[in-house]
Amino acid sequence: MTDPRRHPAGTAGGNGAPALDPVLAVEDLRVWYGTDAGPVRAVDGASFDLFPGETLGLVGESGSGKTTLGRGVLGLLPRAAAVDGVVQYAGRNLVRAKPKELQRLRGPDLGMIFQEPLTRLNPLMRVSEHFEEALRTHEPKTPKAEIQQRAIETLRAMGIPPTRYRAYPHEFSGGMRQRIMIALALVLRPAFIVADEPTTALDVLVEAQIISILADLRRNFDTSLLFITHNLGIVAEACDRVAVMYAGRIVEQGPVAEVFANPQHPYTQALLASTISLNTTGLHYIEGAPPDLITPPSGCRFHPRCPHAMSVCAEQFPRPVQTGTQVVECWLHGPEDLIPPGGTQPLEREELTVADEA
Amino acid sequence: MPTKPEPAGAAARPQRPGGASPSSGSDEALMSIEDLQVHFDLRGNALARLLGSGGQKVKAVDGVNLTLRKGEVLGLVGESGSGKTTLGRALLGLVGATSGHIRYGDADLARMKQSELRTLRRRLQMVFQDPHAALNPTMDLRTAIGHPLRIQGLVDNREEEEARVVQALERTGLVPAEQFLDKLPAELSGGQKQRAVIARAIICGPELLVADEPISMLDMSVRNKILQLMLDLREQLDLTYVYITHDLATAKFFCDRVAIMYLGRIVEIGPTEEIFADPKHPYTRSLLKAVPDPDPSRSVPRDLPRGEIPDAAAPPHGCSFHPRCPAAFGPCGWEGRDLAAMFERRWLERGEDIYRAEQPLVAAVENLPAGQEEVSLPVPSGHTPQQVHEVLERTRTEDPAEPLWRGVEALETGADDVRVRFRRGVDPPLGPAGGVEVACHLHDSRFAAEAVQDSPAPDHAGE
Repeated sequence: MTDPRRHPAGTAGGNGAPALDPVLAVEDLRVWYGTDAGPVRAVDGASFDLFPGETLGLVGESGSGKTTLGRGVLGLLPRAAAVDGVVQYAGRNLVRAKPKELQRLRGPDLGMIFQEPLTRLNPLMRVSEHFEEALRTHEPKTPKAEIQQRAIETLRAMGIPPTRYRAYPHEFSGGMRQRIMIALALVLRPAFIVADEPTTALDVLVEAQIISILADLRRNFDTSLLFITHNLGIVAEACDRVAVMYAGRIVEQGPVAEVFANPQHPYTQALLASTISLNTTGLHYIEGAPPDLITPPSGCRFHPRCPHAMSVCAEQFPRPVQTGTQVVECWLHGPEDLIPPGGTQPLEREELTVADEA
Repeated sequence: MPTKPEPAGAAARPQRPGGASPSSGSDEALMSIEDLQVHFDLRGNALARLLGSGGQKVKAVDGVNLTLRKGEVLGLVGESGSGKTTLGRALLGLVGATSGHIRYGDADLARMKQSELRTLRRRLQMVFQDPHAALNPTMDLRTAIGHPLRIQGLVDNREEEEARVVQALERTGLVPAEQFLDKLPAELSGGQKQRAVIARAIICGPELLVADEPISMLDMSVRNKILQLMLDLREQLDLTYVYITHDLATAKFFCDRVAIMYLGRIVEIGPTEEIFADPKHPYTRSLLKAVPDPDPSRSVPRDLPRGEIPDAAAPPHGCSFHPRCPAAFGPCGWEGRDLAAMFERRWLERGEDIYRAEQPLVAAVENLPAGQEEVSLPVPSGHTPQQVHEVLERTRTEDPAEPLWRGVEALETGADDVRVRFRRGVDPPLGPAGGVEVACHLHDSRFAAEAVQDSPAPDHAGE
């Protein structure tokens, strides 16, 4: 049986391009952190592909493992973390790559945009020096004039005027700093970038500006983007495909329009219902709290909070199933031949109190 | 009754479907704010302050008039730097007013000493943004939530205090309360901490709660529970809320009235329904357009205001929003600094060659002082005034839609300089427009006629 995730329907590339080989293929990635109480399974078997020029949104609540997954892909995890699985990039498995090799790839191949732009720029270095350092480290033979030209060009594309090239980070506003960070990642023309909540610290209008810049990336820079956010509105606007994370697993992935219009996993449905938008007329919420990742619930991680839970859900891990354009990990979508007899009986649920909430 | 999420997990908003229903506050004023100013000194040392000179000032709240009605939820909405938090804190006397009045009953909070304010804080309480920082990590909930009772001397003995704490815990949904009494903040989740913060705020029986971004640090699925709790408490305890937020979507759902703030001022205020159905101020329109919406058929908004909220220590001349406003026109307060911003944008869009050719000629625009309605650009040596004049004229011809040109009255070439004279800027006052009040010349009968001819009417946002 072929893994449905290998062939996401009609998704490759944001612009309806023909199916290409993925830039990045993540298969059964696991990241565990050791604690006194036992290992925390922050990412527990996540698989997805990222295609050239595509933006994949990775959404989930805090503690769902989305940041760990983003960092795991780049090999930026703390040393104490145990990593297993495959992150296939340009013919090699990054999980097994040596630190030196990863170091070489970061920048020209793999980029990262962080949440807080202020803490990521060196306050004692001019913007120009940040660019000179980045380009000299990764492309040592670049002549000075070319460095400046490329830097100014990239900054210009991000909306930073050339008059500010020699300014210091503190002379810029938060939104401008984030633009500089994006330019710094892009100047090395990486094949893909992980953006971890790049707009969370910003105001509404500036956030919208940055989102439109990121949405244009695929057109102007041909870079693939893994966009980590908790904001479903941003995903709807800036991403081609979306992967929904819950308790270390990707429970649903598919094209944004389909997932939002027709969510298949009960968690995705609940998440969409609980988002407050300008059209909200009632408050909906998900009962209970995300599970403890040291001793996660048996079977489907969501079953204790799921309104549709069946007895099989508490016993067996759901398999990824292709339903329409989406891939879902939920027993409601089968495969039926794997559900034991009587497995579809509704599950008796324990009473949840606020005391259990997040 | 203790509040608990409905088992269905889908409790519709109970009592008030729209923003402006009968229960949404009476006309009776709870608090009235008159011409409130809160200024902060920058770089001012003690000597400079004694001599009344020196440091710059930031006008965090710059002339706010507002009546808070009993029982309403008033939203203070704006970006960071808009002064919404400072205004909210001033309402509780947590920051000193520079001038103006905050009338509450017979008292004027703007004139009171801290010791006098302390008694009033029984009635006026605050819910903070970050529940992780608002609770002392070494205090169990019994102590933390009972603290206000002891400070205010409202209880005689420990039993009475504990009974009140248990009641507050139950009201905020931390049940069974006995389980929570001895917990430390670190043992609670974010949502539980925020419930504890709210329990502490309501324990003295307040009538006003100022909630400063009470849900912005929480996860999506928890936000709604806290909002629901606040709605329930409002019904049970007859509370009035001031809800401070940058999130228009929750403001729309939660508030009866909304005040949109920009750089220390209210630029638009009115019933939530009217503001969201027909936003009048260009800033409100842009904010609505920028709210990310989980509707995939909606594309990324493009025509957003340029730039960011300006430096409050050197606010723009005239209307503070004019440098970013797509609908700005003649009387909005054009000045020298707007020229520099215009050239920056031009060079950004037109590329390196234009920048190199033009920048040396008009380099002087970068150092123009604030607030000048007539500026002189000295001609660099080796060039003629005509050349500088040509650059300006070319800029105008190539981008006639640039709002700045609507404010330029004259371009004059002198012997060794080029002078740009702008139209006199007028600071727009807050005035009635339809069912709301708005501070914008587009809605001022003195200027409205010009605006219609001059500027493309911005389309309505939030549709």
